[in-house]
Amino acid sequence: MIHLLTQLGEKTRHSFTKLGRSSFFLQQILIAIIDVLPRPHLLSKQLYAIGVLSFFLITISGLFVGMVLGLQGYYILSNFGADEALGVMVATSLVRELGPVVAALLFAGRAGSALTAEIGLMKATEQLSGMEMMAIDPIKRIIAPRFLAGFISMPLLAALFSSVGILGGHLIGVNLLGVDEGSYWSQMQTSLDFYDDILNGVIKSLIFGFVISWIALFEGYDAIPTSEGVSRATTRTVVNSAFAILGLDFILTALMFGDI
Amino acid sequence: MGPSGTGKTTLLKIIGGQLHPESGSIIVDGENVHQLARKDLYSLRKRMGMLFQSGALLTDMNVYDNVAFPLREHTDLDESMIRTLVLMKLQAVGLRGARDLMPNELSGGMARRIALARAIALDPMMIMYDEPFTGQDPISMATLVQLIKALNTTLNLTSIIVSHDVKDTAAIADYIYVISHGKIVGHGTPKEIENSESDWVQQFMHGEADGPVHFHYPAKAYIDDLLAFDKN
Repeated sequence: MIHLLTQLGEKTRHSFTKLGRSSFFLQQILIAIIDVLPRPHLLSKQLYAIGVLSFFLITISGLFVGMVLGLQGYYILSNFGADEALGVMVATSLVRELGPVVAALLFAGRAGSALTAEIGLMKATEQLSGMEMMAIDPIKRIIAPRFLAGFISMPLLAALFSSVGILGGHLIGVNLLGVDEGSYWSQMQTSLDFYDDILNGVIKSLIFGFVISWIALFEGYDAIPTSEGVSRATTRTVVNSAFAILGLDFILTALMFGDI
Repeated sequence: MGPSGTGKTTLLKIIGGQLHPESGSIIVDGENVHQLARKDLYSLRKRMGMLFQSGALLTDMNVYDNVAFPLREHTDLDESMIRTLVLMKLQAVGLRGARDLMPNELSGGMARRIALARAIALDPMMIMYDEPFTGQDPISMATLVQLIKALNTTLNLTSIIVSHDVKDTAAIADYIYVISHGKIVGHGTPKEIENSESDWVQQFMHGEADGPVHFHYPAKAYIDDLLAFDKN
């Protein structure tokens, strides 16, 4: 029993010190971002690696999610004779929830894990401490550009996901199941509010991008510099990002749409 | 010099300011490394080169860009000047022809020579070598030894070599400190060390299995250990 309590205490203390380390790390990144801005080529290289290379995955997934929404939505709505509202249903669910959340989950799996593995291996092969000994701060040169790139890419990828999803819903609903094209688009246009729906979705994906990049980079930077350590850190990135995304999504949704 | 695990690399990291000592102080070029502000520490580090055991080359850049890296980060030189400097440094380590290779295409010995070219890119006043001879074949070992010696005299550097390679280090060193368990157990010129009266230094220099240092990690008696399973 006492052993169990000690263990519990140790684990709690361990997680709190880790939280402290990661906050300190985040603070260093945020300060270092000022030094990244005058060097856009560092950022553009990471935007390519983190954002552009995720295009394919996000597009294909968005298309399929939209198509499934089109199918399911049609069956439910046509029961009530409201199949013209399909456009609203597809667009609202994508822009408010599925776009930011699913794109963030995919982003964590695709780009977050890659970031952790890259930074972890750089640590394991002494590239980071080598850089420090050359009087170059790895936080400024390596970490901050990646963080900024993740933060910028996420809302763009979520927007891409939602747009392709809406087209996927159109493909199934209008082209295949015969929903009226005019009402698909016009009902979407009238019901979707820029601030309530689109802007809130963008805010969500900005926050997710921030959190995923932070978790991924910290796990890599904090990894035990061995093959096993890096592999564990990569797993932790994906798991913790998923928890963070889903938990935060609930909180954000409650805050944004709670009073409606 | 000293056997593995006595804290040689740790000492280098303390000198470079990457680790903090629990007590004592490190003074490099008149400055106390661990009392410097971050900015001053970084400007001191520009005058120190360090050669890591693995080379620590940046794997996403080719050889040329690796050597150019500190120049590009720390100076405003134009590309033609950087090119000249990089080629000079690569020529010094005999790898000017390898400039387009990526780090994963290099052998261990080549990677270390490239890392050496990078370490001298900013013309430091001192270089720290972490086990430069480990895992080198006899040919690259001999060239590396000569290279370190030549760099030291021609560039007027201070070199700190951490090594457990007795013969090759003694051949080029001016002064040797032998350490064990974080303590200096002997020091002097290679000749003085060779003739040292300390049992410890003698055992290390001649690679004897028995002496003050035991080959075996502390354990209970061998026979007890073997029979322990039956007793359980």
